[in-house]
Amino acid sequence: MKERAVLVLEDGTTYHGYAFGHRGKNVGEVVFNTAQTGYQEILTDPSYNGQIVVMTYPHQGNYGVNVFDMESNRPWVRGFVAREFSTYAAGPRAQQSLAEFMTEHGVVGLEGIDTRALVRKIREGGVLKGVIAHASHLGDPNYRFSQADLEALREEARTWKDIDGRDMTPEVSTPLPYQFPTFKGKRRIVVMDFGIKHAQMRYMAELGFELIVVPGKTNPAQIMALEPAGLFVSNGPGDPSMPRYAHETLWKLMGLLPTFGICLGHQLLGLAAGGRTFKLKFGHRGANHPVKNLLTGKIEITSQNHGYAVDPDSLKEFRPTHINLNDGTLEGMAHLRYPVFSVQYHPEACPGPHDSLYLFRRFLEEVEAFHGVTGMPVEKQRTDKLGV
Amino acid sequence: MPARTDIKKILIIGSGPITIGQAAEFDYSGTQALKALRSVGYEVVLVNSNPATIMTDPDLAEGTYLEPLTLEFLEKIIAKERPDALLPTLGGQTALNLAMQLYEQGILEKYGVELIGANAAAIKKGEDREEFQRAMLKIGLDVPRGKMVTSLEEGLEFARNVTGYPVVVRPSFTLGGTGGGIAADEAEFIEILSRGLSLSPTHSALVEESIVGWKEFELEVMRDHNDTVVIITSIENVDPMGVHTGDSITVAPAQTLSDVEYQKMRDAAQAIIREIGVETGGSNIQFAIDPKSGRMIVIEMNPRVSRSSALASKATGFPIAKIAALLAVGYRLDELPNDITQKTPASFEPSIDYVVVKIPRFAFEKFSTLPNTHGGFSDRLGTQMKSVGEVMAIGRTFKEAFGKAVRSLEADVRAEFAHLTDAELWARLYPSPTRIYAVLELLRRGASIDELYQATRIERWFLHQFEEVVQTERALGLGEWRLSDREDWRYAKGLGLSDARIGELVGVSEAVARKERLAAGAKPVYKTVDTCAAEFEAYTPYHYSAYEIEDEVRPTDKPKVVILGSGPIRIGQGVEFDYATVHAVWALREAGYETIMVNSNPETVSTDYDTADRLYFEPLTLEDVLNLTEHERPIGVIATLGGQTPLKLARKLSEAGVRLLGTSWEAIHKAEDRAEFNALCAELGIPQPKGAVARTPDEALRLAEQIGYPLMARPSYVLGGRAMQVVRSPEELQWYLSGIYAALSERPSILLDQYLEGALELDVDAICDGSRVVVAGIMEHIERAGVHSGDSATVLPPVSLTSEQLETVKTYTRKLALAVGVRGLINVQYALKDGVVYILEANPRASRTVPFVSKAIGHPLAKYAALIAVGKTLEELGFTADPTPGFYSVKEVLIPWLKFPGVIPVLGPEMRSTGESMGIDADPYLAYYRAEVGVNQKLPLSGKVRLIGAQALEAEWRAAGFEISDDDYDLLISLEAHPELRRAVESGRPFITTLEGARWSLEAIRRVRTSRLEARSLQEWHQVRA
Repeated sequence: MKERAVLVLEDGTTYHGYAFGHRGKNVGEVVFNTAQTGYQEILTDPSYNGQIVVMTYPHQGNYGVNVFDMESNRPWVRGFVAREFSTYAAGPRAQQSLAEFMTEHGVVGLEGIDTRALVRKIREGGVLKGVIAHASHLGDPNYRFSQADLEALREEARTWKDIDGRDMTPEVSTPLPYQFPTFKGKRRIVVMDFGIKHAQMRYMAELGFELIVVPGKTNPAQIMALEPAGLFVSNGPGDPSMPRYAHETLWKLMGLLPTFGICLGHQLLGLAAGGRTFKLKFGHRGANHPVKNLLTGKIEITSQNHGYAVDPDSLKEFRPTHINLNDGTLEGMAHLRYPVFSVQYHPEACPGPHDSLYLFRRFLEEVEAFHGVTGMPVEKQRTDKLGV
Repeated sequence: MPARTDIKKILIIGSGPITIGQAAEFDYSGTQALKALRSVGYEVVLVNSNPATIMTDPDLAEGTYLEPLTLEFLEKIIAKERPDALLPTLGGQTALNLAMQLYEQGILEKYGVELIGANAAAIKKGEDREEFQRAMLKIGLDVPRGKMVTSLEEGLEFARNVTGYPVVVRPSFTLGGTGGGIAADEAEFIEILSRGLSLSPTHSALVEESIVGWKEFELEVMRDHNDTVVIITSIENVDPMGVHTGDSITVAPAQTLSDVEYQKMRDAAQAIIREIGVETGGSNIQFAIDPKSGRMIVIEMNPRVSRSSALASKATGFPIAKIAALLAVGYRLDELPNDITQKTPASFEPSIDYVVVKIPRFAFEKFSTLPNTHGGFSDRLGTQMKSVGEVMAIGRTFKEAFGKAVRSLEADVRAEFAHLTDAELWARLYPSPTRIYAVLELLRRGASIDELYQATRIERWFLHQFEEVVQTERALGLGEWRLSDREDWRYAKGLGLSDARIGELVGVSEAVARKERLAAGAKPVYKTVDTCAAEFEAYTPYHYSAYEIEDEVRPTDKPKVVILGSGPIRIGQGVEFDYATVHAVWALREAGYETIMVNSNPETVSTDYDTADRLYFEPLTLEDVLNLTEHERPIGVIATLGGQTPLKLARKLSEAGVRLLGTSWEAIHKAEDRAEFNALCAELGIPQPKGAVARTPDEALRLAEQIGYPLMARPSYVLGGRAMQVVRSPEELQWYLSGIYAALSERPSILLDQYLEGALELDVDAICDGSRVVVAGIMEHIERAGVHSGDSATVLPPVSLTSEQLETVKTYTRKLALAVGVRGLINVQYALKDGVVYILEANPRASRTVPFVSKAIGHPLAKYAALIAVGKTLEELGFTADPTPGFYSVKEVLIPWLKFPGVIPVLGPEMRSTGESMGIDADPYLAYYRAEVGVNQKLPLSGKVRLIGAQALEAEWRAAGFEISDDDYDLLISLEAHPELRRAVESGRPFITTLEGARWSLEAIRRVRTSRLEARSLQEWHQVRA
C-alpha cells in the first residue's frame, strides 16, 4: 500500500489518506477551491500563502506542470489535498509531473481522503486550521499514526497562529522594485505588489503599459517619484486590515492617479477610503462565480480567491459596480469622483474564465483619459466606459 | 427582461420515432420543456408521432398531436392551432429540419408564427458546414482544411490535391452523420462520396482533411438574451477522433486539458455561439486537439439541445432543456434559480466533484446475420453513429465511474476475451464496440501503454488509469494482496471493481465476496449531485454511490417504493419501459409514497432529478440495487415495469429478502419457465403450439423430429427475439445450431416450437389485481407469424377477428392472468390459425406496447399497475370494463437500416426496430397510412411500382392505377431479400417486404385518395382537454 498520511483539523477531525509530493508535515488554514482546472496556477498564486488548499475536483495533476503556467516563481500553498493525484502527466504542454514539482518545491500533499466530506465540513463550520502529516515524517513510510500522534497534530493545528490578525503580504511581495519586462511600454504605471499573480502583469504589459513593480510597503512619495500615469494594486494573501501602511498610502494617493485594484488591492482601497472588511465563513475560491456588472447588467463568470470581503454598507466614497449573484457580496466598486476602481475577483483569471479581461482595457482607458489622450471629459468617459 | 407576454401558445416539434442518433434524450428534453413552459403559463401544442414517449402524454400539453412529422401535417396543425411561436430546438435534427422547411416554405410567415430559441439564419449558419467554417475562419478559429463539393469530380480533385488520404466525407443536412465516412483510399472515397451526395437533401458534402486520432472534446454552452454565455460542462472522448461522439466512450469533465487549453476552448465556444447567432438556449460545440502540437480546431456545432446536452444535464445536475425553453421565452439566466441550490442563480458554470463516464450500447448482432450487399458485416465504428443507447455512471474517480459504467452496460465481454489469443486481441484494436475490452485484456497480459497508444490513439492518461485497475486485479488474483480490512476494501471498490469481479479474482462467489465486504464494514456511502462541488447546500435529491467515508443521504421515515429503471436503451428494450417506470413514479408519488428511481441511462425522463422523490444514478445490478435497498429500506421494489433488466434481478432480490411489489417472483417464474407454463396452459385448456426444450444441440435435433418442421428455434431467456430463427429442415436446424446458437456466449437451453406458418398474431395487454382482469388492448399484427412482434405493424382494435375469437382471446387472457397470479400488467401473445387461437407466450410485466395501448384507449396502464402493486384494486381505480375505443390506432416500426451498410432490409423473427410511430383515425387504413408516413414510409398515391418476387400483386396494383415498372419506381415491393431493397433504403424510397404490408398499403392508398386527412389531437380523440 501507499504511504499513509493524515489531515488533522483543529477540532480533532482526522482524515486518513495517502502521502503525495514532498514528504513532511505542514500546518495552515484549510480552504477549498472548486475550479476544475488550473492547479498549477493555484499552487503558485501567492494569495494562498498560509493556506492548505483542498481541490474539490477529484483528479489533480492530470496534465502535469510547465514553466508557462506559473503565477509566481514558486508554490505558496502550505499543503495540497485532492481525492487523487495523477502520476502520469498528459499532453504536449506537460514538462514535469505534479509529484516532481511538489517534491521539488517542498509542498506536502494528501490524497485518498473523502474531500467532499471535508468541503461540506468547511462549508458548514467555516474555515479551520489543520495539519498534514506524512507517515515518513513521524517514522518510516509504513508507520501507522497512533492516537497520541493525532492528538499532538491537533494541538499543533490549534496553537498555530493563524492568518487573521497577521500581515501575510511581506513574505510574498517583491523585496525590491523592478521593471516588468515589456516590449511596448507607452504608459508607465506603478504596481504595488502584495503578492501579485504574473497574469495581471502579463495582461497589462500586453496592453502597452510599462510596469514598475514595487514592494507593498513603498510610500506615496516614492511612488509619485516614479512619475507613474497610473497605479495598480495587486492581489495578495491574508487579512486586508493588517497592512495598515497600505491603507495610508492608498488614502494619500487617492485621486492623484487612476487606480485599479484587484482582490486584496480592492479590499485595501476600500479600507483606505474608510470602509470595513469582514471575513467570509469559507470564502470564495473557484472559477465559476457569477458576478453582475451593475452598470451594464451583464453577467460575468469569474475566477475568485478571497476569504475576506468589503462591507458594501461601509462604503463612503465608492459606489458598488459589481455584485456576486450567489451571495450578494460586493465584487467591484468605483470611486464617486476619481478614476479609481477595483474588483474583488480575478479578471486576469489563471485559472478561470476570461469574461472580465475588459477591466484591464478599462484601466488603460482611464489612464489615457486622465492624461487627456482621448480628449473627452474624464467624468463623461468614465460613465461611458465603466464596464464596457 | 421578464417572460414575453406577446406569446401565448407555443408549438413544439418532437423528434419522432426513436432511431439511431435520435433517441430518448429528446423525450427528456421535450418533457422538460413542456413542463417548464406550462409552469410559467404558456399554452403548449406538441407534435410527435412517437407514442412511446412521456412527452406525448396528453397531460403534458394542451394539444398533443400524434401525427407524422411532415410539412403537410405540420401545416394542418399550425392552421388549426394558430400558435404564436415555434420552439424548434428540442426535437433533435428532425425538428430543426422541419422548422427550417416551414420557414423556407413561408408557412411560418403565413400563419404569423415566430421561431424562438434559434432563428433561421443561425440554424443555417450552424448547420451548413461551409457557412459554419467560413464563420469560424472569420472569428479567427482553426478548422480542418476542407471543401464543400456537389459532384464526385470536384471531390476527387480536392482530395488528390489538398488533403490526400485518408480523407473525411460529411454529407450536408443528414441525421447523425448518416452517409458520412472516412475513406482510406480513392476507391473507398468514390463509394462514400457518391452515397453521401445522394443522401444529402442539398446534394452536397464536405470533403476534409482527416484528423483521425486527434483528441476530441465537447463543450455544452448556453446563452441568454442578455448575452450571458456559460459552459455547462466539458466532455472528453476516450475514443479519439474518427469515432462519432455518440459512439465514443466519453468522460465529463475533460480530464487532460490544462486551464490554459480549457479557457482557450471556452473563449472559442463563446465566440462561436455569438457569431453563429444562437440568441438563446443551448448548443453543443465539438473540438479536436492534435496530441502532438496542441493545435485546436473546431469540428462542428449543434445549435439545439442534443444527446450530449442530455448527458451534460445528467452529469452536472443543470437542466439544459428546461432552462433553454425558459430562455427562449425571454427569461435570463440570472433570473432563473438553480433548482439544486435554490439560492443561487442559473447564470453560473457547474463545478462537479466526481467523474462521469458514458459508454454507448450497440446492436450490431441484430444486423450482422442478414444478407448484405457488401459481402460481409463490419462492426467498425466511424463518423456515422451506430449506437442505440448508452449508460452513464458517476464515481469519485474515473476508474470508479468507468467500472460502474461497464457493469451498467450489461455487455461486458471480458470473460470471452480472456479466451482469445494475444494476436486476436491485437487484431481487435480498431474502433469497435468491444475495443475497450481488448485494451483491458491486453493490459492484463502485460501490453505496454505505449504499444496500446500507438494502436488506438487513446490518450495515455486513460490507459494509465486502466493500468492502475489492472495492477490491483493482478495483485488480488495472485493472492499478493488480501482484502483484510475496510480500508483495503474501500480502495478496491473505489477502483470500480464489482463484488462479482473481486470474488472471481480471489476465487469466491459474488455472494461470498459481498458477505466478506460487509463483514469488513465496507459499505458504499451516497453522495449528491449538486452542480457546485458542495460549495452550497443542495436541495435536490440526486445521488450516486461511492466508497467514501461520509454518507450524506439520510433515508426519511416515509413509506418508500424503489422503482427499477430499464438501463441502457437497446433494441427490444426501448423508451417504452422508461415511460412505464416514470408513470409508476408519478402514480406512487400522487398516492403518497416516497418514490426512489434507480437507473443508469442518462437519456431518459426517469433520470431527470425532477421525476422521482429521489434519484439514484446507479448500475442496475444485484450488488448496486441491494446496497441501495439496504440503505433506503423501502417497503418494496417494483421490478416489472422496466423490461428485462430489472426483471432479471427479481429472483435474486426476492431471495435476498427484498419485497417485490406487484407480481411476485414465483408468478413471473410460472410464466417464464417452459415446463410450468405448458402445464398451466394444459390445465386451463389453452391451446399451445407443440414445443420442446433441448439442453444440447443433439437433443434439439432429436426433439425436432418429434415436433416436425417448420420450427421456430431460439435460446431461452432472451429478449427481443435475439438469435431466433425459423428452420424448415434438419439441415437448417443444424446450420442454426452450429452458427447462430454456437456464437452465443452463454449456452442457454434451446426452445423449439411448432411454427404456425401464415398465422395471424395478436398482442394483448391486460391488467390484473388478483381478482379481476381487464383486457386493456388487443392488437392485431399486420405482418404474419414469423415477424417479431416488436417489428410488426399492429392495429388496435383488431379488424379481422370474429367476435367469438375476440371473446376467446379475452377469456384465455383472464384465466391465465388469474392463474399465474399477476398483480399488475401482463402481455400475452397469441396466434390464430385455421380458426384456432393458440397461446404463444405470456410475460407478466409491462410490455413495450403499454404506452401505445395507453394512448389508444385513454387509460394510463402503467400508473394503474403501480397502484395495484401497492394494493389498490381495479375497482378502486375505476377501471373495470375492457375499453372499446371508437377509433383505430396503428403502430408502425422504424428500423435503422440505413446505419448498417449493405444490409438488406427484411423482417424476421429477430427484432430490429428502434422506434415506432402511431397513427389514429376512425378508419383503420387511414390510421395505417398516418403511421406509415410517421416512420417516413411515404406511400405514393400514384406512379410506378416495382415488384420483385411479388408478381401476384401486379393486377391489383395496376387496377389501382399504378404503373408497373422494371427499373425506376416510386414504391418497391419485394418479397425476397433482393439487393434492390438496399438501394431503396439508400435512396430514401418507400419499400414493402411482406404481402400483408402490400395489401394494407394499397388499401390505405385507395382510401387516402378519397379522404381528407385532418389533424386531430389525442385530447380531441379522447374528448378531453388537458
